[in-house]
Amino acid sequence: MISLSGVVAQFTELVLAVLLAPLLTGWVNQCRAWLQNKSAPPLLQPYRMLAKLFQKEVVLAHNASPLFRAAPYLIFGCLCTAAAIVPTLGTDLPLNAAADAIALVGLLALARLFTALAGMDVGTAFGSLGARREMLVGFLAEPALLMVLFTASLISNSTSLATIAETLAHKEFVIHPSLAFAGIAFTMVSLAENARIPVDNPATHLELTMIHEAMVLEYSGRHLAMIEWAVSLKLFVYSCIGLVLFLPFGIAGGGDWLGLVLALPALLAKLAAGGALLALIEMLSAKMRIFRAPEFLGTAFLLAVLAVLVHVLLER
Amino acid sequence: MLEPLPGAAPVWRARCDPGQWLAACLAIATAGGRLGSLWASDERDTGKERAGALGGYSVHALMVTYDGLLWLDLPVSAQVAGYPDLSGIFPCARRMQRAAFDLVGLRALAPDGTPPDSRGWLRHGAWSAAIHPLRRDLALTEQLAPGDPRYAFVAVEGEGVHEIAVGPVHAGIIEPGHFRFSIVGERVLRLEQRLGYKHKGIEKRFESMSLLEGARLAGRVSGDSTVAYAWAYAMALEGMAGVRPGSRALRLRALLLERERIANHLGDLGFIGNDGGLAFGLAQFSRLKEDLLRSNAALFGHRYMMDRIVPGGVAVDLETAGRDRLLAEADSLEAELRTLRAIYYDHAGLQDRCINCGRLSPKTAAALGVVGLAARASGHAMDARVHPGFAPYDEFVPKLASHRNGDVAARIVVRFEEILESLQLERSLLQALPKGELQVTLAEPPPGACGVGWVEGWRGEVLVALQAGPAGRVRRCHPHDPSWQNWPALEHAVLGNIVPDFPLINKSFNLSYAGADL
Repeated sequence: MISLSGVVAQFTELVLAVLLAPLLTGWVNQCRAWLQNKSAPPLLQPYRMLAKLFQKEVVLAHNASPLFRAAPYLIFGCLCTAAAIVPTLGTDLPLNAAADAIALVGLLALARLFTALAGMDVGTAFGSLGARREMLVGFLAEPALLMVLFTASLISNSTSLATIAETLAHKEFVIHPSLAFAGIAFTMVSLAENARIPVDNPATHLELTMIHEAMVLEYSGRHLAMIEWAVSLKLFVYSCIGLVLFLPFGIAGGGDWLGLVLALPALLAKLAAGGALLALIEMLSAKMRIFRAPEFLGTAFLLAVLAVLVHVLLER
Repeated sequence: MLEPLPGAAPVWRARCDPGQWLAACLAIATAGGRLGSLWASDERDTGKERAGALGGYSVHALMVTYDGLLWLDLPVSAQVAGYPDLSGIFPCARRMQRAAFDLVGLRALAPDGTPPDSRGWLRHGAWSAAIHPLRRDLALTEQLAPGDPRYAFVAVEGEGVHEIAVGPVHAGIIEPGHFRFSIVGERVLRLEQRLGYKHKGIEKRFESMSLLEGARLAGRVSGDSTVAYAWAYAMALEGMAGVRPGSRALRLRALLLERERIANHLGDLGFIGNDGGLAFGLAQFSRLKEDLLRSNAALFGHRYMMDRIVPGGVAVDLETAGRDRLLAEADSLEAELRTLRAIYYDHAGLQDRCINCGRLSPKTAAALGVVGLAARASGHAMDARVHPGFAPYDEFVPKLASHRNGDVAARIVVRFEEILESLQLERSLLQALPKGELQVTLAEPPPGACGVGWVEGWRGEVLVALQAGPAGRVRRCHPHDPSWQNWPALEHAVLGNIVPDFPLINKSFNLSYAGADL
């Protein structure tokens, strides 16, 4: 049954995700700059960037196929849908019945698929290079992410993210040792999936070392804006998945109007802390050699499996 | 017949015929010497008086031997326009020979009469293959007809081999150069460089200048080594004029050269860290470098100390207050550097990227005639400041830093050690700065007089070969950057490495495009 508070929560959540995502990116960039003793760019810089790109002319390669032109919108669409099914403010989300955690991983994979296809579409060396590396990272990261989500699913006996959030936030407080393992695994996967140091470097200008950036080198204008926005959304979605699984406190239950209002400052505070932590991790690490990525993600998968085992052995 | 050239660098000059040319090179290579530089000149206007029928052009080679430099002149007749190829003995000669053909039109020929590589090097289709800009009958202002820009890269074939073309326009703000990678998966099977995008006719421009004016142009061959070039040019000219700058001037020169070395090493260390994904390193080292450059601007009037070394001496002086400031700066810089060094050496992620990455083995380095910092990081402790040890380095001998591994990590270690040693030298120089005049006046060298400058810049040895024309003009000037020798070594260092490690390896060499493109 669809309740009014559910519809409001769903709508606010989607709009907030789309609007707040660049802010999170701006915040992480600001923290990074501060940690490097630099004066930071304004918090709203990503919005200015998007505004600039939307005004710019689109330059297309002569041999770009319709896929190349459609991909930015498809990617953005995938990530909007993903953002809609991750509970950030309330757990009573009408759309949640349509898609569970496994579908979420599928949506993220779909976005990745289109990015990689678009990267190869024009046929430049860098696009294919990036697509190849992205798929290497992706096929290792996805199983680890699934295992993390399974751990949470086992705890709450559901693959629906809303139920998971509901269980972890509002049921009786229980310490789950399995979530500690899952938390580390999830952090590692998020770093890889969001093209952050140590797996990829979002700030680099070195074409040969890029993963994600190499795939989108050929994009310009509004296409690039959509992709940049989608990248921000991805970081936002991943951060929110992390919050749902490991810090769900403050998320409102069904019909809780006051909780829904209070959930926003809680979310902002948690995201700010998470963004600062991400900047700190990035600051302290060097970028690893690309062939270390399998080891890194293998470790993440191992930790995720351990999380499931710990749950099965200790928490039943 | 060896004729010693006057000047601070130990140089002997000899004319030879093609047979002696090859024999001399072979003997020098066997004795452990190497090729310093190779260039050609148009001598048709003086041909009659000098060499009779043989005259026309000349090929020149500067050989670096244990005792000093040997300048070989090989007259080449205008009809043949060819000379024996040296690339079989010194592989680094190949690109210099191709450049010499583009500029003067003399072809290096293998014993079977074919050139080892007939592709242009500096030409790039900006002028046609039949035009040779350094010939004297071509005016400086002449508009050259464009030529064929096509260039045949060496193709690598096989299952799954493909090419990546990078540059000359890069995503970052760096100098232009084209790199053609042949790769399988991520592994580099072959790298072929194509340089010459920054060719701007410096050698031709020299010939329209007076000897004194040339000093400023020499300081602009490669901006990051402006002190080394200016000193090398001044050394060549002072040798020709038969003067020696005073002790104070020489020590101030050494001070400027060491500060140039420190500034560049600091910048490189930051960028190496950044290319390894450690942006913290770039921020810290950039700050240290900026402080140094600002002191330069305050004390010497120019951040990079351009035009501070002039023929006959130096254009700046240092007061007591400035001396104290530099001493204090050296102490604080050293303390910060030691902290940063500990962070770099202890950072597991960075060390993992750098160790065994881009290895240039001592054997390969010797075979390719690698010079300077890259050679020292590959086990060859050579440094013109130590040997032959031009003044004032005969009194202030630096301790050489070298490493046997030849990887990116080794080049980082050598940079750290060299900064510390340069700081030590800077202190000694500052504490022993005698009174004395800053400049001596130069007499006009006689037409035809030759001089060589040989200075160890931060990247390696900078050579300037200078010949005077009538009325104090430059007849021919050839500035030589160490990058000529080290660029081919980079092609070898990346073999077997993975593509994303190339920027790190490239940055650890940090070679000059402008200096080698001239």
